[in-house]
Amino acid sequence: MNRIVLEIDSRACNVSLARVVTASFIAPLDPDVTELSDIKTAVSEAVTNAIIHGYGDNEANTVRMTLTLNERLLTVEVTDNGIGIPDIACAREPLFTTLPELERSGLGFTVMESFMDTVDVISNPGVGTTVTMTKLIKTIESNDEHGSPQDPSLA
Amino acid sequence: MTGIDIYEKVLVVSPAVEIDAHSAERLRFAVDAAFEKSPCINMIFDFAKVGFMDSSGIGMLIGRYKQTEKRGGGLALVNMNNEMTRLYTISGLAKIIKNLPSLDEAIAALRGGAQ
Repeated sequence: MNRIVLEIDSRACNVSLARVVTASFIAPLDPDVTELSDIKTAVSEAVTNAIIHGYGDNEANTVRMTLTLNERLLTVEVTDNGIGIPDIACAREPLFTTLPELERSGLGFTVMESFMDTVDVISNPGVGTTVTMTKLIKTIESNDEHGSPQDPSLA
Repeated sequence: MTGIDIYEKVLVVSPAVEIDAHSAERLRFAVDAAFEKSPCINMIFDFAKVGFMDSSGIGMLIGRYKQTEKRGGGLALVNMNNEMTRLYTISGLAKIIKNLPSLDEAIAALRGGAQ
């Protein structure tokens, strides 16, 4: 198992840093282009949500991203101490956005759910939000040469 | 550097950045300023130099689509990679904005010409 924690100021310019760190963290597993893009996109969505929605673009706050690799299972946890989400089910609806004037598409959670295996949201209004996502990074040609990938739940 | 040029009476935007919340906002202001000054009614986004885009880009594209609609024109996209095309499909953008393989085909589509 391997784990890193990244703490960043809640500035939109730091979202690209979160993506780069994530890509570097999983690079030893040699993910294919699609997996890498899926994970980077989901990270981008989660961190952007924390900055823009959690903190309302107030740059003096902190977003914490924890990446954990358990065998080939990646867990991404993104936490803010912002305003929280009063209605999580509503927030997860495609095209729902509280900020249409900023041209937010309302697709952040839809993208996370499409590109990751699981997405869980815990939020308390006035306290903050934690989004936890997982994805199993597949072994290339795992069935041909290396056998089936080990079940990470048994690790 | 993001290029914004007029080609065949169409405003052609060629971003050379990863498109996320940070860059999408900058792109939005630059494109709107250029479109405002131009006589164009149509716009094309050329993604040949874009390696990454998240849903902030989708929101930005919908906004530019609305700008062209106000002038009775439209927006088309070219040169998206496979990953961007997946986002384009998942987002539902495919229902309102065309994704074409080349600039000339996009220009023809915006003019309603045969492809």
